[in-house]
Amino acid sequence: MTDWLGPEEWQAVRLSLKVSASAVAASLPLGLICALALAKGRFPGRQLLNGLVHLPLILPPVVTGYLLLIAFSRQGPLGSLLEPFGISFAFSWTGAALAAAIMAFPLMVRPMRLAFEAVDPGLEAAAATLGASRLRVFATVTLPLALPGVVAGAILAFAKAMGEFGATITFVSNIPGETRTIPTAIYAFLQMPGGEGAALRLVAVSVALAMGALLASEWLSRRIARRVAA
Amino acid sequence: MIAIHVKKRLGAFDLDAGFEAPPGVIALFGKSGSGKTSLINAVAGLLRPEAGRIEVDGAVLFDGAARIDIPVHRRRVGYVFQDARLFPHMSVAKNLAYGGRHDRDRVIDLLGLDTLLDRRPAALSGGERQRVAIGRALMSDPRLLLMDEPLSALDAERKAEILPWLERLRDEAGLPILYVSHAASEVARLATTVVVMEAGGVRRVGAVAEVLSDPAAVGMIGAQEAGAVVRARIAGLDRIDGLTELALSGGRIVLPGRLGQLGTHLRLRISAQDVILAREKPQGLSALNILPAEVTAVDEGPEGAAVGLLCGTDRLLARVTRRSARALRLEPGQRVWAIVKASAVAPDDVGGAV
Repeated sequence: MTDWLGPEEWQAVRLSLKVSASAVAASLPLGLICALALAKGRFPGRQLLNGLVHLPLILPPVVTGYLLLIAFSRQGPLGSLLEPFGISFAFSWTGAALAAAIMAFPLMVRPMRLAFEAVDPGLEAAAATLGASRLRVFATVTLPLALPGVVAGAILAFAKAMGEFGATITFVSNIPGETRTIPTAIYAFLQMPGGEGAALRLVAVSVALAMGALLASEWLSRRIARRVAA
Repeated sequence: MIAIHVKKRLGAFDLDAGFEAPPGVIALFGKSGSGKTSLINAVAGLLRPEAGRIEVDGAVLFDGAARIDIPVHRRRVGYVFQDARLFPHMSVAKNLAYGGRHDRDRVIDLLGLDTLLDRRPAALSGGERQRVAIGRALMSDPRLLLMDEPLSALDAERKAEILPWLERLRDEAGLPILYVSHAASEVARLATTVVVMEAGGVRRVGAVAEVLSDPAAVGMIGAQEAGAVVRARIAGLDRIDGLTELALSGGRIVLPGRLGQLGTHLRLRISAQDVILAREKPQGLSALNILPAEVTAVDEGPEGAAVGLLCGTDRLLARVTRRSARALRLEPGQRVWAIVKASAVAPDDVGGAV
């Protein structure tokens, strides 16, 4: 069954799944906090946070990649800080995950923020009068009611991470088995004489994964919406 | 004892209200925009006053001077909102248990909730939702129940369904209740103390029978809504004509329908507009209810005169035009006959035991 994809192509698919899943899992808590702060928070610097979250959406990906490269290279301000702890993003798959997470972040936060904004504050007030602390109100009322939006944000972020190219290739290059995800693999195959076949097969995989993610997200959020509303 | 004093500026609106009242059902009564909801939101902790003090049965919930501000979730106030606010993603049973399981079986029994437990809020009628909301607040073991027009979103039929539950609550649960309303019929039926609010301030505080039958309060309550509350005993049942005879301290009146068991007591609201006054005892009238009374006060307003009456030991209220007041030479001490139309007491206004 693995015949129709070559070992190099399989490697790229596996790596892409690993990078995207890690990117989403690691950025989910921060995404929730940002979405909640933007939806419900009233604090100075809210607009600044909003701008910061959306910046990767507006900036050319190559700029984001280059900024990451400057910050996280061995001599960079953040890279040199993390090196003593054995944490390194430069030219490794974790770097690809970091780039994917940052590029996907605005797409993750937006649906979550809209979902949090849609939760009736009256229900949260009612929960508080029933003795629920703010944490309990969030866990038992706000989050469950916003769950369809949270799931949609996570899946959208996953799909975006799967397709991330510009920031990844600029930040962590295109190393087979380490940072060569599906998009960078397609790019590499297209540069190679006779690589069109492999590139086309990866394109097909890409399309299938993207469609699958969209359908899964639709199905899941409809299921949750039914459970929440019924 | 419940003592509330609250100051808060809300845009162009100034809330500066205070009162003290014994426990029981305290009705906050007034037109919309008079500050009733803001006041109970302050008691719940959903609105932070700029100054003031809120004390319920010895527990200080807020004191601006002493910098006490107990957070909402530690105040132990049950809040029944106008729009129920049930959690849509939980079953009725889970909604009820959200704030605790205090007296669970009795609350479910008291409010008739046992057949609803597995349902989702979306599958409930408006009246059922309000009952669940009341049960949920009670099961959180509150020291005070706040009810913000819990019946205003309901049609007359649903109101008739819930009012008896509220009466049982008042009589059996022994819990102080702050009840916001702009319907005099609900206030008359449920309240022990009435707090009349107007433009963000408290205009009048007193026992329900005293405030609602006070001619001077008619202007604040509204001419349509004014009316006295009296206590009556069921003295006779006429099965053939379908009538109930009620004994008041000053005489007997007859109402259509069977209103209860012989010998039981009722709280009766007699709308001021439905009381007609005469100097001589009227003859040949179709109205069956004629009571002797003495005028205690006459309060002339722009819309007419409100006349306070003493009938036995009960206080009644009548509204007449200023011309009639002059023609009848109504003044304190004057003996008159009060004619109460039989249909005057709507079934909605006949409450249970006081």
